[in-house]
Amino acid sequence: MKKYLSFFRLSFTMGLQYRAAALAGIVTQFAWGFLEILVFQAFYEAEPEMFPMTMSATASYVWMQQAFLALFATWMMENDIFDTIASGNISYSLCRPIRIYHMWFSQSTATRVSRAVLRCFPILIVAAFLPKNYRMAKPASAGHFGLFVITLILGLLVTVAFSMLVYVLTFFTISPQGVRIVFTSMVEFFAGAIIPLPFFPANWQRVLELLPFASMQNVALRIYSGSMTVTEMQKAVALQIVWLVALTAFGNLLCRLAEKKVTIQGG
Amino acid sequence: MFYKLKDAVRLYGHYLSINVRSAMQYKTSFFLTALGQFLVSFNVFLGIYFMFRRFSGIQGFTYSEVLLCFSVVLLEFSLAEMFARGFDLFPSMVRTGSFDQVLVRPRNEILQVLGSKFELTRIGRMLQAVVMFAYGVSHSSVDWNFAKIMTVIFMLIGGCAVFSGLFLIYAALCFFTLEGLEFMNVLTDGAREYGKYPLSVYGKKMLLVTTFLIPYALVQYYPLLYILDKDSRPFLIFVPLLAVWFLVPSYALWRFGVRHYQSSGS
Repeated sequence: MKKYLSFFRLSFTMGLQYRAAALAGIVTQFAWGFLEILVFQAFYEAEPEMFPMTMSATASYVWMQQAFLALFATWMMENDIFDTIASGNISYSLCRPIRIYHMWFSQSTATRVSRAVLRCFPILIVAAFLPKNYRMAKPASAGHFGLFVITLILGLLVTVAFSMLVYVLTFFTISPQGVRIVFTSMVEFFAGAIIPLPFFPANWQRVLELLPFASMQNVALRIYSGSMTVTEMQKAVALQIVWLVALTAFGNLLCRLAEKKVTIQGG
Repeated sequence: MFYKLKDAVRLYGHYLSINVRSAMQYKTSFFLTALGQFLVSFNVFLGIYFMFRRFSGIQGFTYSEVLLCFSVVLLEFSLAEMFARGFDLFPSMVRTGSFDQVLVRPRNEILQVLGSKFELTRIGRMLQAVVMFAYGVSHSSVDWNFAKIMTVIFMLIGGCAVFSGLFLIYAALCFFTLEGLEFMNVLTDGAREYGKYPLSVYGKKMLLVTTFLIPYALVQYYPLLYILDKDSRPFLIFVPLLAVWFLVPSYALWRFGVRHYQSSGS
């Protein structure tokens, strides 16, 4: 466990070095969030009764989505990992007394957290001082906020566990591009990154909420503004845990399989 | 003059064939990536579709009208991307110093930069744009006539020019910053993404900025009003062509950058 914690620490401090990139990201994400809210606002003005969440909850959802983008965006993956597989440097890691799966898991969690730490505060603070309909609202209650933090972490772990599958599959395909882009565009849509899940038709929503993708950003961002009932929250958290266990177990299995038949590329 | 142009086209074709052959070395990856590009922009369409399952309109624009708007913008962007996205790799050319090689060759530098890399997988997005365009046009309740068809063609020309201009600015700025400015993505990818709705949705100020500063509205909002019979003043047909002027300051900035280029590679 200790060695994986130091992998985490290493990647975390490394991620914190990219401050200029973070600044650029903040500006971009702020613009993105603003445009997104303007669109929702335009829909809201015409037919407020059709809105599944309040406008203020929607605005908070959008701001948090932008602020925590680095935690949940599946398209942000560790290029280093893909490079080690393609170049053959993976052989060094295979010689070490560590489990590849655990090492990559802690590294990619750390990178995501470090990126999010750098980016989230400026976005959230500015968003909190905007005019009423665009504002990032306060959490529904202290309890909601506590649960928000827990589900945020669970959601991050599910996201990492899912992207681990892409890394491991690269052992079989060598070039990551294809698997990666198909997976990520699927996740984007089903996780509620394009439009929040409550905006889907009811029968779609029922199915989507059971999928692992709903256990990523969807739960935490909706709990924050209190747009879920108590039973819904219980179910959502239970599902997050189930998916986390299932995805890591499957990923581990696949990784063992891959390690057995791995072909080292290059010399 | 004519000979020069023919020569440039031949060179461009040669670049294209090199890139095609290199992409075809990884066939599976190529097709999957193209599929991915298709899916990414398909996601945007699905987003619109599901929003309109719930809502009946946005600021007086119906589903089919928004669809037409989205598909035209997507096609404008994809056309520009096909030709001008080579600028995407320009930051690394400047940083590694391979732009020096470009400068010593007796050919136009823009042609060489564009030829350095074609994102062939973007064919997925192009395909998506063409399908969307056919769907958008056939689903719109527009009464097509010659003037309206010309308007769409002008929109495509103008839009292609605006996005190419932005790609050119993105590259030109690298001369000064040595790295790609992520913020430029808001102006290119962001415009494609949010150009799916008529620009008036984003408010008066946004409309003003996109009319005079970066002329998106000239290739999207105003001609769209004409096509959708919301405004029948005939000069709107030619408004998209005004956007071509955007290439002038973009090219000037590029020239300025080239003149001030100091090699950074080793």
